[in-house]
Amino acid sequence: MVLLQRPHILLLLIDTHQFLQCWIAFGSANEEGQQQEEFSEELLVKPLPDHKLLAHFHFQSSAPPSTSNGCHHHLFPKAISQLVQKFRVKEMELSFTQGRWNYESWGGFDPISSSNAKPPGVELWAVFDVPQHHIDASWKNLTHTLSGLFCASINFLESTATYSTPEWSFPPASGNVRYGTFPCEAVCTENLTPWLRLLPCRDKAGIALLLDRPSLYRGFYHSQRLHLTSTESSSEGIDSGIILEQTLTVVLQPNSERAIEVHASEKHVQPSWSLSSIFGKQVSGRCVLAKSSSVYLLLDWGLVAELKFPNKENGKSAANGLTSENFWSNPSFELSVNPDRIFLEESSSHSKSLSILYMFQVEKYSESEPFDIGLMWKVPVAWLCQQTPLHASRFFMGSGNERGAIAISLKSTQFTEGFMSANSKDGSCELRVDVFQVVPWYVKVYFHSLRVFVDQQPRAVSDFIEKIHVSPSKDKMSPGVMEVVLKLPCRVNTAALTIEFDKGFLRIDEYPPDANQGFDIPSAIISFPNFHASMVFLEDDSLNRSPLLSKFQHNQMHSVCTILWIIAQCAAKACC
Amino acid sequence: MEKVKKKIGSFSFWNWVTASIIFRLILIYFPKNLNLSSRPEVSTPLTSFRRLAEGYWLKQSFMSPYAGSMYHGSPLLLSLLGPLTINRIEGQPNHLLYSLVSVIADVVSAMLIRATGQNLRLAYLRSLESLDLVKQIEVSEFLFSGDIAALIYLCNPFTIVACVGLSTSPIENMAVILCLYGACSRLIPLAAFGWVIATHLSLYPAILIIPVIFLLGCGPDSPPRKLFLQRHQQKEVLNQSKLPPRFSWGPVIHFAFWAFLWSVYVLVLCGISLKQFGGLWEMFKSTYGFILTVEDLSPNIGVLWYFFAEVFEFFRNFFLIVFHVNILFMILPLAIRLRHRPCYLAFVYVAICSMLKSYPSVGDSALYLGLLGWFVNELADMQFSLFLFCGYVGVSLLSPVMHNLWIWRGTGNANFYFATAMVYACLQIVLVVEGVSAMLNHDRKLRNLITGKPQDAKS
Repeated sequence: MVLLQRPHILLLLIDTHQFLQCWIAFGSANEEGQQQEEFSEELLVKPLPDHKLLAHFHFQSSAPPSTSNGCHHHLFPKAISQLVQKFRVKEMELSFTQGRWNYESWGGFDPISSSNAKPPGVELWAVFDVPQHHIDASWKNLTHTLSGLFCASINFLESTATYSTPEWSFPPASGNVRYGTFPCEAVCTENLTPWLRLLPCRDKAGIALLLDRPSLYRGFYHSQRLHLTSTESSSEGIDSGIILEQTLTVVLQPNSERAIEVHASEKHVQPSWSLSSIFGKQVSGRCVLAKSSSVYLLLDWGLVAELKFPNKENGKSAANGLTSENFWSNPSFELSVNPDRIFLEESSSHSKSLSILYMFQVEKYSESEPFDIGLMWKVPVAWLCQQTPLHASRFFMGSGNERGAIAISLKSTQFTEGFMSANSKDGSCELRVDVFQVVPWYVKVYFHSLRVFVDQQPRAVSDFIEKIHVSPSKDKMSPGVMEVVLKLPCRVNTAALTIEFDKGFLRIDEYPPDANQGFDIPSAIISFPNFHASMVFLEDDSLNRSPLLSKFQHNQMHSVCTILWIIAQCAAKACC
Repeated sequence: MEKVKKKIGSFSFWNWVTASIIFRLILIYFPKNLNLSSRPEVSTPLTSFRRLAEGYWLKQSFMSPYAGSMYHGSPLLLSLLGPLTINRIEGQPNHLLYSLVSVIADVVSAMLIRATGQNLRLAYLRSLESLDLVKQIEVSEFLFSGDIAALIYLCNPFTIVACVGLSTSPIENMAVILCLYGACSRLIPLAAFGWVIATHLSLYPAILIIPVIFLLGCGPDSPPRKLFLQRHQQKEVLNQSKLPPRFSWGPVIHFAFWAFLWSVYVLVLCGISLKQFGGLWEMFKSTYGFILTVEDLSPNIGVLWYFFAEVFEFFRNFFLIVFHVNILFMILPLAIRLRHRPCYLAFVYVAICSMLKSYPSVGDSALYLGLLGWFVNELADMQFSLFLFCGYVGVSLLSPVMHNLWIWRGTGNANFYFATAMVYACLQIVLVVEGVSAMLNHDRKLRNLITGKPQDAKS
């Protein structure tokens, strides 16, 4: 018996030995390798002028560009890395949005709104690193994979009638980009759960603990975004470093019963809030796997200007003394927790005052002493967020079910006025506006009917449109895409683009289940490429390590206005 | 009768022509062409002016005019009429030049109809003479069918609406009429040109090759050849000169040669104008292909849109074949029965096409109603003519109302509009059936006159 058993033991020993070797090799690679898989979690809270609160969760995971780990990952979600490797995705962004970003009161010219205000429903764009003729196949596979990953109907974007190939509306594009939206997708917790599953701590620890479903979905706006970039390292291009950025932006109404009771007459009283009152939960320490875990409170420069900090004049010097009492205990508000650091915006060309950022390290807190930041307003305060250069809205003109027109109207905001006065020296001041509009094939757009109205006067199209690219829709084959570059004079008050269309008639089985509800037309994306919504905070070591703030600094994104509009279409249905 | 005859005097004819032209010009000066250009009855995906303008715009922006599913017409039309879609004269209504082209096309068509009608009338009189029936049928009461047909064509509200509504059907109709005129007046190159252009523009006139061959082979409409033979057997003198000529292949071969030449010419022109785009294959796919595979389901006065909006996908091809073969099935029996009356055969074919084509418009009805005017003398005994007239009036009044109820007010549904489309289709069927039977009855009447006359003499 003993003799018989021996070989087994030997085998077992060899196995464990191999395993140990592997383990050691793995560990040593990690130790010596300067690039490790990293994860960081951050939350940014920002009071909004209309008594609401913006909470922006930012989770970033990165995988180093190396083969040393094979296809194993410590923190990085395996599903995502497999997806990137399989479909050779260079860059991809998927967003699920419910509600509309209110550009007028929530601002449109700061890094958060410019990259996180998304069109309602599902939006997906991806840049592929494959030969041209394989892109469509890759896109189809990608949509199906994402559909499975996120429990959403992204697979409807597979059909050629739903996605488009923008020529120059997307900066990274070089013909390899595909863009698709599915505006009528209902976004709910079933999409959030798979999204959270990509986080190493899920929502069991760290900042993600705050993601309480009932309070999230009670909000006014809710956008959950997944952005990934893969950078090629080796010449073969097989291995790639992947940076996965998961953000969740919510606009919530703080529970302001007390404020209403007290100052019912006063309109400008901001509601006091705390994280526990908004989300109903507290942060009990960081996610242990996270490299950094911090919460920021951002006070807009508009708000800061209203608050009149006592030593506003020498604000910059005060920022160096980070624990300066003046910045966090103020006659107008009170923070329940002392901030660990305070940052002032480095420079701002556009405004008189600078934004202030309070940073709270979550590491310090624990189960026994949970982190819960609160802000209590003492005096009424009213301010305005910084607007986009032009406020855009889209209308549907005409009545009936035969034809109509789309009008995109641009109205100048106070920002444009400031911009105009700043640039009034040179007479040839021009404002560049890019319009990107996709319409489904059953909206049969007559591109020759494009009209431009500047200051309510019909003008020649060639005077204001610098560049135009259209790809007309093919019945049941491809959507219509219009990309227009408008060059408007800075003094413009209003500008409008109108374009006529006929409503196509569908076959009986092409109608959605509730046809009388109408069809959603994908949002128009209006961007101002000459404006960079960046927010640079004072140079600091810790700042460089924060992915969220570095995102702010290197924000090359232009402001994007998205508008959704529903078109009602009659069914050519017979009442049989 | 005499009053009518006087009215249709030469002087009165020109008055009517001028009046109809002036009426068109007045309508053109209404703002936005009375929105006629977007009526589904007037502009189909094939004849729509806006789609033509879109195609021209795409071509000007260095894109294929067939990119997207907007334009489905001919590239030649784009080169000829396209510039007129954007040219504007200060102080004049938009698209004035284009409207003027439509008006000219209508007038030219009317003149060609008139010339052909006179031709047909002469031929008819000649054949009556050779049958010695001049006394029995009071030739003095014969109407000038050419004038009547031309006036019907010019004053028909359908024609006016199609002309003012900026559709391309006046041009297509002109090509068809040019073909028939050329064949009647034995201008073979002209006939071939008309046939090739008409086929190129709207495909369906291709079947007019059968009446054209008969026209060229045996000459214009006449009573059946066997009547002449019977007549001469009775007289027992065979006067060859009075017999209608036998079928001669010479002009037909001549026609085929010219048709080939013209089609090569047209294809080369199309190829040149589409050289940097998709080429001829793309053109065929988005013109003929679009016609044959009823892709656009927007409502029109036909019946196919409704049917194909409802039919299951896997039956679609089957029914496409059924509907198109329907036209082809009718060609042969009608050709055999009416071979001695090629112009009437052409009328019947045009009517059938406008009934069964995938995107019919009132412009097509205008054409066959105009052609019907040629046969006022033969069809004098036609039944249901009042019923048909009232039906046409009723449908053309009800159809816009139903369309409004359905599309604009949303108080009706598709069935409201489709009901008028069905009534319209039925009216056209009745018209064709009654027309054909009236023509056959007319031939029968002639035969009775020939065979009955000796009996009368005996008794």
